[in-house]
Amino acid sequence: MSDNLLSIKNISKEFYGNRVLKDINMEIKKGEIHALIGENGAGKSTLMNILFGMPMIHETGGYQGSIELEGKEVLFASPHEAMAHGIGMVHQEFMLIPGFTITENIKINRELTNPNLVSKIFGRQYEGLDMKKMNSDARKALDIMSMGIEEYTQVAGLPVGHMQFIEIAREIDKTGIKLLVFDEPTAVLTESETQNLLAAIEKLAAQGIGIIFISHRLEEIMQVSHRVTILRDGEHVVTKDTKDTNVYEIAELMVGRKVSLDRTNSTSRRISDETVLSIKNLEVKMPGEEVKGFNLEVKKGEIIGIGGLAGQGKIGVANGIMGIFPARGQVIFESSPLELNNPRGAIAAGLSFLSEDRKGVGLLLDESIELNTVFTSMQIHKEFLHNIGFVRVMDSRKIRNHTNKMIKDLDIRCTSSLQHAGSLSGGNQQKVCMARALTQKPKLLLVSEPTRGIDIGAKKLILDLLKKLNEEQGMTIVMTSSELAELRSICDRIVIVCDGKVEGILSPDASNAEFGLMMSGTRADSQLGGAE
Amino acid sequence: MSKNNDIQSNNDIQSNTIKKGLEIPIVKSIGLPTLIIAAFFILVMTTAAILKQSLPILISDILRRFGMNGVLVLAMVPAIKSGTGPNFALPLGIICGLLAWTIGIEMGFIGITLILLTVVMATVFAAVTGYFYGKLLNAVKGAEMTIATYTGFSTVALMSLVWLMAPFKSKQMGWMMGEGLRETIKLDGVEAGQIINNFLSFEIFEVKIPTGLLLTFFAFCFLVWIFFRTKTGIAIIAGGSNPEFAAASGIDIDKNRLIANILSTVLGAIGIILYSQSYGFFQLYSGPLMMAFPAVAGVLIGGATASKANISHVIIGTFLFQGLLTASMPVANQLFEGTDLSEIMRVVLQNGIILYALTQVKGGGK
Repeated sequence: MSDNLLSIKNISKEFYGNRVLKDINMEIKKGEIHALIGENGAGKSTLMNILFGMPMIHETGGYQGSIELEGKEVLFASPHEAMAHGIGMVHQEFMLIPGFTITENIKINRELTNPNLVSKIFGRQYEGLDMKKMNSDARKALDIMSMGIEEYTQVAGLPVGHMQFIEIAREIDKTGIKLLVFDEPTAVLTESETQNLLAAIEKLAAQGIGIIFISHRLEEIMQVSHRVTILRDGEHVVTKDTKDTNVYEIAELMVGRKVSLDRTNSTSRRISDETVLSIKNLEVKMPGEEVKGFNLEVKKGEIIGIGGLAGQGKIGVANGIMGIFPARGQVIFESSPLELNNPRGAIAAGLSFLSEDRKGVGLLLDESIELNTVFTSMQIHKEFLHNIGFVRVMDSRKIRNHTNKMIKDLDIRCTSSLQHAGSLSGGNQQKVCMARALTQKPKLLLVSEPTRGIDIGAKKLILDLLKKLNEEQGMTIVMTSSELAELRSICDRIVIVCDGKVEGILSPDASNAEFGLMMSGTRADSQLGGAE
Repeated sequence: MSKNNDIQSNNDIQSNTIKKGLEIPIVKSIGLPTLIIAAFFILVMTTAAILKQSLPILISDILRRFGMNGVLVLAMVPAIKSGTGPNFALPLGIICGLLAWTIGIEMGFIGITLILLTVVMATVFAAVTGYFYGKLLNAVKGAEMTIATYTGFSTVALMSLVWLMAPFKSKQMGWMMGEGLRETIKLDGVEAGQIINNFLSFEIFEVKIPTGLLLTFFAFCFLVWIFFRTKTGIAIIAGGSNPEFAAASGIDIDKNRLIANILSTVLGAIGIILYSQSYGFFQLYSGPLMMAFPAVAGVLIGGATASKANISHVIIGTFLFQGLLTASMPVANQLFEGTDLSEIMRVVLQNGIILYALTQVKGGGK
């Protein structure tokens, strides 16, 4: 196995007893482009963090297994050591100083210097810069990627595509670079920039540099990679030669899992044909989850799921409708238009929202369960108040009775209704959020990532509760989740969002491959036709 | 035994999420600064008894100082609850109160009529001032405390010119010769000194109880307490506790911060009226300059933080801080003759507690 540049052997990693990686094996040859794919949370980043010796890995108890670089076992205690061994990383976010020139950015902290009189007295730190040599080095690195831009241009104001290339140029300028990791390098690039980048990656590989290419755009992977490794739930699913597989198979392997939550459909459910919520051309400016023209019709009484990969905009939809992030477009609820950017209006109209950001938007952590439960209803629907003279004061007894009923109904584990929400466990916090949403007696419930960060038992409770609300009260539910299995277990239809738009709507029994393809924005028909 | 277990498990639940350096329950529930000051207060009182100081006089003094400072400290509560932090711009409200005094006296009123009129005028002035001050704070979110301090300072300086140049004619307030108002204006001359203090006042065990003063203070405490149980009050608390949460529930946070700071400024204005009638005189020019700091220190000593404050913090804090200052003066003077030790202690305590509270402010996210 001497042609292996890097071997990852039986790597396992636990975070506080939670196993996130199990026996991962991976080999990268010299000059190979090796694609690494998996859903969010599949373990890609953890694996890369281990490879780079990130401090967070050591702080959480290290890892099992070994990493061999050119046949010798290595253990990197810090990213610096990894870099010294010739491993480079091209980040998704640009780590560039805008006010510096391209050369200066490429050479930062590795400047070439000439000694002078002062430096002979005070040491190396005072040596002069050898701009000429630095510029020519930078030129060389830029030329490898066929970048015509002058090396003395300031970085500020360059298009993002160029910035990405400068990042890469910095990595390849390092002498002795053996392995380069690209972490979703094309996520922010336009199509033509992507093609340039892919060409550059191929060029680098041709020079004998090993490449790990992380992306969820399957077409790109098919185009450039030699082999693919698929991770799922921290497990190594398969490593295959790219030419022996196709997008359909990759997508299926990426998503496929034994759906653990079984689906039972009660007969008493009624989904009417009446459209209760209609979203037309919704645009939401939510940083990192931008929505760029979302259309959807929600029928009364159904549970509709919104899925998709992180950063594609699925989270933005509910936040936009509820007026939490600036939105544009048309939302019609119960045949009257809903004013956007107005949380009060949305709540008053009968919408209720469980935020994905439980601790940020969802709860008053320093206040009691009581206040958390009744706050919104009190403010918007003017409930739980009684008149003393001409002032309306909160009705403590009514609040306590109601909260205690909620605590019992939702089985919130707490010492009393006065306990601060911040001291509850994640699952119980979510139940308090749920209690607040239900107190508003909503006609339509929007839930985002309802089970994020809560243990498996509480997860089931929350999902069962949603189902119960839907069945018994006919409540329409729009549920956004990163966990496909969860969406498939309770939703009637699942909308997949990709690049801020609806990629397609699937039934929960659709195949894994269909979900996988749609989530990665790959048109099933066209790609399949090409592959066969 | 079982009760003990309950307390134990309660603490477990809390410490799961909030791990702090000090895990002793009583220290956590009352707060370390409060406990230290309380211990110190008891020590000073004991020393006073040992030194054979007159305890009835001391206690009478403490009660009077407690009542006269109370409303000024209470002014901190709305500001802290709304999320703008302690109202370091308290001099704004104080100046409104002083302006009302001068106008009332200039108009020739005396006695209780003067006080009532002053309160009404002060409320109007402070409401207007508080509105613009609140607007300012909404424009400088994140730097409220610093901006507030300097708003107070610069307004005091500006008002010094007004005191000097305003066309007041009253003999009670002018200099013997020349223009402008005097630095210190006696209220005895307008029959307004200690009027509220003496209302229903009585002596018990030689301790003089300033019933009217205490009643007024507690009445304001009650009003503020009620206010924070109304719909608006609760919305203000939520906005201060978690602005994102409040915004998502459709709360207009800027409006609420405005209301809270108007309330705080009005309380500052009424607070100084109560304070000066008890003192027997009021001070213009640089008089209000440093008055925010003892008030801020008071509420903090009571157990408040820069982001959380209750009426109980006001009552406990004012009592401990003012009590300590009052009692330590004669004790220190007797023990360390010829020094200004009690004044030094006041400055150390007052600024130390503010410094402590500011170090506890969480910067950015959690």
